[in-house]
Amino acid sequence: MIYLDNASTTKLDKRVLDRMLPYLTEEYGNPSAIYKPAKTARKAVEEARATVAKILNCEPTEIYFTASGSESDNTAIKGIARRYRDKGKHIITSKIEHPAVLETCKALEREGFDVTYISVDGNGILDLKELENSIREDTILISVMFANNEIGTLQPVKEIGEIAKRHGVFFHTDAVQAVGSEWIDVKELGIDSLSLSAHKFHGPKGVGALYVKSGVRFERFVDGGHQEKGRRAGTENVAGIVGLAAAMELSYAELQEKNSRVRALRDYYEAEVEKRIPYIKRNGDQKKRLAGTSNISFEFIEGEGLLLNLDLKGICASSGSACTSGSLDPSHVLLAIGLKHEIAHGSLRISIGKYNTKEEIDFLVESLVEIVNKLREMSPLYERVAGGN
Amino acid sequence: MDYSEKVIDHYTSPRNVGKIDDASGVGEVGNPVCGDIMKMYLKIENDVIVDVKFKTFGCGAAIATSSISTEMVKGKTVEEALKLKNSDVVEALDGLPPVKVHCSLLAEEAIHEAIADYYRKQGKMTEEEIKEKCNLHLHDCEHCKH
Repeated sequence: MIYLDNASTTKLDKRVLDRMLPYLTEEYGNPSAIYKPAKTARKAVEEARATVAKILNCEPTEIYFTASGSESDNTAIKGIARRYRDKGKHIITSKIEHPAVLETCKALEREGFDVTYISVDGNGILDLKELENSIREDTILISVMFANNEIGTLQPVKEIGEIAKRHGVFFHTDAVQAVGSEWIDVKELGIDSLSLSAHKFHGPKGVGALYVKSGVRFERFVDGGHQEKGRRAGTENVAGIVGLAAAMELSYAELQEKNSRVRALRDYYEAEVEKRIPYIKRNGDQKKRLAGTSNISFEFIEGEGLLLNLDLKGICASSGSACTSGSLDPSHVLLAIGLKHEIAHGSLRISIGKYNTKEEIDFLVESLVEIVNKLREMSPLYERVAGGN
Repeated sequence: MDYSEKVIDHYTSPRNVGKIDDASGVGEVGNPVCGDIMKMYLKIENDVIVDVKFKTFGCGAAIATSSISTEMVKGKTVEEALKLKNSDVVEALDGLPPVKVHCSLLAEEAIHEAIADYYRKQGKMTEEEIKEKCNLHLHDCEHCKH
């Protein structure tokens, strides 16, 4: 198998697993209990919290563990909106957010909140003027993702933080794609709350974290016990939390090396595709983007057919085609950057991770040349435009 | 997407891909906006479909339904081919995931359009008669509101 879908999820790092295992076997105490094994578990959770806080440059008390990036987004956006409802009912977000944010905003609209969805340019970068102009007296929260999951585009987070601060509005960022790939200093960037998820950086699935700056209030998400300072009830996923922190620590210790390696592979892949396959379009900002992410549209063909043929060769990738999204419209992100429907249908996202090799990229390119050619030979659109037979 | 073995076989090795230069009838349905276009070429002799070719822009299910439909109408009379229903195509493929059933409608429509084109070229029937006989309906997939 050649796994090139690291933006979707990643393989658990063996070193992370080793750190987690004791908490699934010997050290199974409930962190809330009073006896010794419980103390060991409690200590592990608090050490994990300190590790995450140190990397993000915040205080451990500002970190809350959750079960996923989606839960973190839900907690922050709904929690802050509901808590500050008396102050205003207006929220601003972007058109290219992950469903974890978009659907949360839609849920808040049903509760009576007003949401403005800001446009992005052809590269997927937020329109800062439109953002600032849409701030109203009753705006309480801006939520803009750190990096886009489909095209990898990095948002001008620092500028957004400054705008938010200038207008006295809270700034939440869904950093699920960025954590483990980009340096993030919440103080320097003016971030009030941030979501992250362990399985995106070689940690376990089912565990995420939320940073909320002290002083920013939010309603608790799970009622019950006093865990997570009374904000999220439920016995802590100790092994998962330990895994999250271990994976984050390793990611940042090896960040530079990993990024330069995956960036080189990504650039090589794109150059080869450009050289060998005509009628393609690279999507997303070519400079301000995640090192391992590539999104290319192959004209005249449809993405699902492409993915199925890649799967038969053992290659795992992703597409923004309608057929893979479960709806009949292609990706909202690709439409927001101005792609025509038929071009969006033919997109292929490759997300390269630390375990990928040049040989795998070579095999991918060879396979793509063959598959794209085959599908185009079959396509009435190609026949029309390129005069192919 | 969980596809049957039959569907996988047809989208990996589609039958009758291509075009027929001296086709008796050509039918094209679908819309690139929706991500599906099917073009069907029929060679008809004495009211029998002697050759079929297709080109499809679309997902795995669209390719597989195009491919199997060409096999199902080849050698049939025009009358028999007009009786082919999308449910027959789905059945022949050992089923399709529910969201993909609309792809099988396209195959049926493409064949009907190609036969209508054949009738038009013959010039023996009025447009009304052709529409009636071939059960032509504009591509009115409820999801395609672009």
